[in-house]
Amino acid sequence: MITRDSPVTEDELHAYVDGELPADRREAVAAWLSEHPDEAALVAAWRAQAESIRARYGAVVDEPVPDRLRLDQVMRYGDTSRRSWIAIAAAAAMIAFMVGGAAGWLAHGASAAPPTSLGTITADALEAHELYVVEVRHPVEVPGNERAHMTKWLTKRLGHEQRVPDLDGIGLKLVGGRLLPGPSGAAAFYMYESGSGERFTLYCSKLTAAETALRFEAGERFSAFTWVEDSIGYVVSGPPGRDRLEQVAKRIYEQLDRATGKQT
Amino acid sequence: MATFRQQVEATIPALRRYARALTRNGDIADDLVQDTLVRALRSEHLFHGGDVRSWLYTILTNLNRNRLRSLARRPVLSPLGDNDAADQSGPEAGQRDIERALATLVEDQRNALLLVALEGLSYREVAEVQGVPIGTVMSRLARARAQIKAYLDGERPALRRVK
Repeated sequence: MITRDSPVTEDELHAYVDGELPADRREAVAAWLSEHPDEAALVAAWRAQAESIRARYGAVVDEPVPDRLRLDQVMRYGDTSRRSWIAIAAAAAMIAFMVGGAAGWLAHGASAAPPTSLGTITADALEAHELYVVEVRHPVEVPGNERAHMTKWLTKRLGHEQRVPDLDGIGLKLVGGRLLPGPSGAAAFYMYESGSGERFTLYCSKLTAAETALRFEAGERFSAFTWVEDSIGYVVSGPPGRDRLEQVAKRIYEQLDRATGKQT
Repeated sequence: MATFRQQVEATIPALRRYARALTRNGDIADDLVQDTLVRALRSEHLFHGGDVRSWLYTILTNLNRNRLRSLARRPVLSPLGDNDAADQSGPEAGQRDIERALATLVEDQRNALLLVALEGLSYREVAEVQGVPIGTVMSRLARARAQIKAYLDGERPALRRVK
């Protein structure tokens, strides 16, 4: 392979194959390769891979585009979730309904609720994130354009004032919210979406735990930022990359922090 | 200057190609393209300039990720791979090899390689689609290529040349 002292790096070899090198460097790499047969063979193998991929799939662009993908037709057909994902949507709604009922019943009889931890609600929040983030048709109960109604409703059901953060400034639109069972009563769940379909959710629930700063929980498929403030636990979940999630979580944290600060 | 709709329309064949390579199934691929187009048209007001093509690839890539996650929760037995043992020579076999090799890749690596090698996107565009720095795109490409090479070298020894 390429040693540390060699003038051409492996990154440059990839850039060479993909036409990403400036012209003068391209010539230098070509000359270098003529004296390094092992690396030249590697480059040839990568090129052969790309050719095989193009040979396998390249002809798709020449196929006639089916009617349902014509722009003047596609809105009439709508998205495919109605066909393939409706069963999941129905099952999810049923489970949420049954669990919600059971949790309400248990909470009714429990005088000394067990202490709840941030870990518990993080697990709940990630489960809800995973369940609803794939929903195309019914991701929320109340759509984002009924923000005032949703805030009033969830404030009443959770028993503490709800503030729904505004993330328009970082390119995230409020999809809406829903009520979920939490470890000590109800939890509120809000979903946001970017123009390219990336989804982030905020889960908040009453929590008998000490205040914490923002914590990052890295996951393989989803990650989360969590914190506790004023006996309320917050979990912001999203795609695994830390930077974007941190930006979203901080924006939410600042808005909620400012809101509570104003009140006291 | 081409309108937003014209630019979307012009990208449909390429989106179908990318989706076919991602899903290895014509119907699922066209479902993905359909959902991508519906989302793009619905969010047209959110699109302020920029590259329509990269944006469409981004939507499709995200939708496919959501699809894979929803599949991961259900115990679905993949019908692919049943015939793996019965191998033949010739160009057809070569194409199935690359298909199988691609299937062994981690999702992000497969996306990166297909966007570069099949769709001809620049590293910068792929970084935008994947929402990561260019360096990350390059390491995904490097790992994808090494993995495919190892798969092809290991799975198909020199036998194939003996016809």
